[in-house]
Amino acid sequence: MSVLVYAEHDNAALNKATLSVIAAAKEIGGDITVLVAGKGCGAVAEEAAKAEGVAKVLCADNDAYEHQLAENIGELVAEVAADYSHVLAAATTTGKNFAPRAAALLDVAQISEISDVVDADTFKRPIYAGNAIATVKCADAKKVITVRPTSFDPVAAEGGSASVESLDVVKDSGLSSFVGEELAKSDRPELASAEIVISGGRGMGNGDNFEILYKVADKLGAAVGASRAAVDAGFVPNDMQVGQTGKIVAPNLYVAVGISGAIQHLAGMKDSKVIVAINKDEEAPIFQVADYGLVADLFEAVPELDSKL
Amino acid sequence: MKVLVPIKRVIDYNVKVRVKADNSGVDLANVKMAMNPFCEIAVEEAVRLKEKGVVSEIVAVSIGPKAAQEQLRTAMALGADRSILVETDEAVQPLGIAKALKAIVDEEKPDLVILGKQAIDDDNNQTGQMLAALAGMPQGTFASEVNVEEGKVKVTREVDGGLQTVELKLPAVVTTDLRLNEPRYASLPNIMKAKKKPLDNKTPADLGVDLTPRVTIEKVENPPERQAGIIVGSVDELVDKLKNEAKVI
Repeated sequence: MSVLVYAEHDNAALNKATLSVIAAAKEIGGDITVLVAGKGCGAVAEEAAKAEGVAKVLCADNDAYEHQLAENIGELVAEVAADYSHVLAAATTTGKNFAPRAAALLDVAQISEISDVVDADTFKRPIYAGNAIATVKCADAKKVITVRPTSFDPVAAEGGSASVESLDVVKDSGLSSFVGEELAKSDRPELASAEIVISGGRGMGNGDNFEILYKVADKLGAAVGASRAAVDAGFVPNDMQVGQTGKIVAPNLYVAVGISGAIQHLAGMKDSKVIVAINKDEEAPIFQVADYGLVADLFEAVPELDSKL
Repeated sequence: MKVLVPIKRVIDYNVKVRVKADNSGVDLANVKMAMNPFCEIAVEEAVRLKEKGVVSEIVAVSIGPKAAQEQLRTAMALGADRSILVETDEAVQPLGIAKALKAIVDEEKPDLVILGKQAIDDDNNQTGQMLAALAGMPQGTFASEVNVEEGKVKVTREVDGGLQTVELKLPAVVTTDLRLNEPRYASLPNIMKAKKKPLDNKTPADLGVDLTPRVTIEKVENPPERQAGIIVGSVDELVDKLKNEAKVI
C-alpha cells in the first residue's frame, strides 16, 4: 500500500488541514507521499517534508497550478496516482473541487469526507447532514478519498525529514482561467482550525452587531463564525458560515450566540469539545447540544462576558 | 443556447431522518420526497438565464426510480421545456450518474450543464465534477454568481477563504451553492402546463452505461448522541464553569 496526500496551501504555507489528512493516511498504512502543486511553492514542499510520517514530497511547481484550477490539478493527480493505492485530499473547497474530477479520470469512485478509517478499503462517513453515519467499503483498486480534517488529530508539523523531488509534469487544459478572488483578511485564527470559535446567528440583527463578537474573540484568540441564517441575511460573508454546507469545525470551545440550532448548523459544529449557547429563547434547539446554556439577551450577555474575561 | 439541468429526487429536507433498526440504511418508506434543494437552485438559474434571453431551451434530466418523474414535472412547472428520465431502481452512485449524464450530454450537446453541488442525502458533492471530467469540460463549482458571455461563462465560486472567480470556455459545467439565487414556487397554471410538456423515458441500457455501484454500504448508524448540559444562571457562572470546570479558557 502507498498513499498519496494532496497538500492544501496558498503557495506560501502548508494548510494545517493537510496534517490531519496525513493522520488519516497513517491509519490506512503504507508509505506516505505528499504532492505539492502550485507556483513558487517550494517553501510549502519543505514544510510538508518536515511533517511526521511523510516519506517523500513531490513538488509540481508551474504557472498552471498557481490557482488550483480543478481542470489542471485533476489531470495532474490522476496521472501521479498511477503509483499509489490511495489518493487523499482534505474535504475543503479545493479538495472537493478537483478530487472527484481525478477519480472520474481514473474511472474509480470517490469516497467523500471520511470521518474514520476502519481498514484500507472501509471507511466511515457522515450522510444526511450528519444525521447518520455510513460505513462504506470500496471495491475499486484505487481509492480516491476526501478527509474531514476535524475528524483526525493532525500529525506533528515538525520532526520529519522526507526527501523533496521536483515533479516535471505540466497539465494545462486551457479550458479555464483564474479571473480574481476576494479573500477575507483577518488577524484572527482560521475558522476551520481555531481552538475557540464564537459564532453569531440571526439573533445578531445585523452585520454591525457582530462587532461585539469580534471583541470577545480577540480577547480569547478565537475565530468568528456565523450560521447560515446570518450569512443568507447578508450580515457577514459566506466564508464565515459554519454548517453542513459551510465549514465543519470542532474546536475546544464553541460559543453559539443568537443561533437557534438548525440541523444544518449543528452538522457543522456538534463535534466541538465544549459548546456554549447564549440565546434568549429557552426552547431553542441549540440548548439540547450545549454543555453550558445561558438564557439571556445576547446584547447584554456578550458585552458582560467581554468585560469579565 | 441549450442548458441541461440534472436533478435528484431525495428525502424532503424538512423530514427528520430515521436510521433503520437493522442498520441497513435510512427509512424511506412513506417519507415525503422532493427535489434536492441545490437542484432547485440549478433549475431556477437556468430559468433566469432563459428569461434574460441567454438561454433558448432547458432540458431537465433525472436518473432514478419511476417516481422521479414527479420531480421532473416540478422542474418543468418551474420553467424547464422538456425532460428525460433514465429509469433505474439501482442505488445509483455519482460515477454511474456522471456516466449516464455524459451519454445524455453526447446526445443533447448542451452549451451549459447546471446542477446542484451536492444532494442532501448522500452529501457526496461529486457528480458535477465527475461529469465535467468525463465530458472534457471545465467546471465552476459552488457557484454564487454565473455570467454567460460570448463563448464563455464567468463563475464566482464560494471557497473556504472567500470568493473566487474563474472563466470557463463553453460548454461547461456549473454546480450551484446556496446563495446563487432564491428559487421561485411553481404556480398552479404552470403545474397544469407542465403535465403536457414532453417527458422522455430511457433506460441505462439505452445509454450503454453501467450503473453498478462501486461502493457498498456495510451499515448505517445513528451518530453519537450529544447530551444537553446545564443552564447557567449568569455570565459570572458561565465564565467560572469555562475556567474551572471545562478548563477551556
